[in-house]
Amino acid sequence: MTVAAPPSTRKARKRPFWTMERRDSLAGYLFIAPQMIGITIFVLIPLALVFWYSLHEWNVLAQTFRFQGLANYQTLLSDPGLPQVLGATTIFSIGLVIFNMSLALLLAVLLDQKLKGITLYRTLFFSPVVVSLVAWTIVWGFLLQNNGGINALLASVGIEGPNWLRHPTTAMISVIVVQVFKNVGLNMVLFLAALQGVPRELYEAARVDGTPAFRQFTRITLPMISPTVLLTSIITIVGSLQVFAQIAVLTQGGPGMSTTVLVYYLYQQAFQFHKFGYGATLSIVLFLIVAILTFVQWQMRRKLVFYED
Amino acid sequence: MTTRTLLKSATALAGLVLPLAAFGPALAQDQTNLRMTIWSANEAHLAMLNEIADGFAAQNPGVTVTFDSLPFDSYTTTLTTQIAGGNAPDLAWILETTAADFVNSGALAPLTEAFSATEGYELEDVTEQATALWRADGELYAYPFSTSPFAIFVNNDLVSEAGAQTPAELIEAGEWTWDNAIDIAATVADSGANGLIVRDFNYQIWQNLASIWRGWGADPWSADGATCTFADAEMVDAMSFIHSAIFETGAIPGPGENVDFFTGDAAMTITQISRASLLPTGDDAFEWDLVPLPSGPAGEYSVIGQAGIGAFGMGNNVDLAVEFLAYLSNPENSAKLAQYFPPARQSLLNTDTLGATNPLLTPEQLETVVINGITNGVVLPGHAGFAELQQVVRAELDALWQADADVQAVLASVCNRITPML
Repeated sequence: MTVAAPPSTRKARKRPFWTMERRDSLAGYLFIAPQMIGITIFVLIPLALVFWYSLHEWNVLAQTFRFQGLANYQTLLSDPGLPQVLGATTIFSIGLVIFNMSLALLLAVLLDQKLKGITLYRTLFFSPVVVSLVAWTIVWGFLLQNNGGINALLASVGIEGPNWLRHPTTAMISVIVVQVFKNVGLNMVLFLAALQGVPRELYEAARVDGTPAFRQFTRITLPMISPTVLLTSIITIVGSLQVFAQIAVLTQGGPGMSTTVLVYYLYQQAFQFHKFGYGATLSIVLFLIVAILTFVQWQMRRKLVFYED
Repeated sequence: MTTRTLLKSATALAGLVLPLAAFGPALAQDQTNLRMTIWSANEAHLAMLNEIADGFAAQNPGVTVTFDSLPFDSYTTTLTTQIAGGNAPDLAWILETTAADFVNSGALAPLTEAFSATEGYELEDVTEQATALWRADGELYAYPFSTSPFAIFVNNDLVSEAGAQTPAELIEAGEWTWDNAIDIAATVADSGANGLIVRDFNYQIWQNLASIWRGWGADPWSADGATCTFADAEMVDAMSFIHSAIFETGAIPGPGENVDFFTGDAAMTITQISRASLLPTGDDAFEWDLVPLPSGPAGEYSVIGQAGIGAFGMGNNVDLAVEFLAYLSNPENSAKLAQYFPPARQSLLNTDTLGATNPLLTPEQLETVVINGITNGVVLPGHAGFAELQQVVRAELDALWQADADVQAVLASVCNRITPML
């Protein structure tokens, strides 16, 4: 269909620049501008720069910045420390995710009761989340010393406690437990909110049918809160890969390299050993691991999350 | 808003901003500020440094010097991060362990010519031995402002209560050896207190053990830094001695135990004399002594820790920074620095000068510990790329700090690991 253009003067033909549509777009762009400027300056540009740095040998002291292509990536493949670091990172992440999520869910179920003073308990379990991470870790560092509070407590009941931070296994357990106790409250609150959103009539129907409590949990509760399980698992896994302060304060990656996780290792390479190029390469590895894990979890949501059916 | 109004506003704004932008730096050019990073936040140290800086500012109108105190634990990391971020200080304190990295990097400005040309500087008064670590190809790159010997502080109250002879008595009898020293520590440990603490070692800063293993003539690597000597017989013997003191006699508190000598909980501590300021006074005071390190199987020895000051060669005020360093380390100001930091100038190494500024120490202690220590001492081990070597050796040595460790095997594995890095 064609419409003949109306006869008009030169002035009438010229459309004003600020049409309604353009004004709306401008308003939209202005609204997202603060966020986009922030993301560009603090995320996207640094991300591109890190990749650029990973292609260079950058010696800070000697002030040399030399392009060397993929040499840092080749170093990565022959780095004798890296397998141990990736192993420690995997153990830490798996241990942390399992312990954190099961404890958070257990606490949420226990605290999802209509009891007197329940708010106080909820506050109590959530309070470590708002405590300064370094202060929290330093206090735990004192408690975990060989002659510290935990072993003194064990000794009072006749148990000789291990030297927690000086043996590879107990050091890893200690770091995981300290991190879980710090952040379990956050997941607990998310689970609690999800539990309270499960319609009560589902349980009533189940009770009428004589379904046992555990079966109610696996067949009603878990499917109904599965979106929250997915969310918390993504947050917890990504968070576990970024752990740094606890390692720096409690073990400095030791004993041996048993608690040297990837973030701590890249910090050592870049900031302690002055190998900024190699440090950048390690952070690209970390970025890829986080991106892949998040993508895989997101893809699995159809299988695991009830509402995605 | 029409295009015309927009243009008008932009022009008006530019008219306001551009003159300011041009005038601002002009104002700033009249003032030059030198920034020096240090790891002390001690008020007395800062007051002294500021006094010296004021003297320099009086001679150089328009110049100010500020001291930037960084935490000791992360000092070198913070400093290199500042350099990486293009915000290098004009001058910096440098630890002996990282001296090789800084001196050989080309980051520091050469000093010899400027020092020699400064009137009354007397560069030849600064001992050759003290500057060895801070030279490359004969050129001086940093001034060793603190040359501090390691010595042993003794809590005579604890030693006497445990029924052991005091170190002073053993020195008198000519029996001040490591075997006898560790016996005292073990006796005190048996009595319920703690024995000997190698301060700041903490099963991490292993290089501080040089204060013990030098008694066996042991070194972590050869003098040229190219060969690992951790597995040599001297080091194996010295480390076996330390291991037995920790796990058999309990003379040295074990890993993961937090004990402080200066709270009166241990018989002895190996540390530098500047720690005398930590000795408790009043009700908590105890009878203390300061004695040199005992002799080992290799005879008498001493170990020193050093700190240098360098001027960075990449800033805008390099010449001025070097000039300030020459002023800071001239004979007159070196005497002021000697209040807190044992000097590298021969003319200041006498009990009169040191005694006036270290009232806690007796002339005998100054002579035997400080002057002899500085004159004969070997500096703590250092190496190019030390930070990485430190961490790798620390990780390997963790296996040694177990009761059932095989000392020889662990030390051999240290060498296996670090040989490619030397």
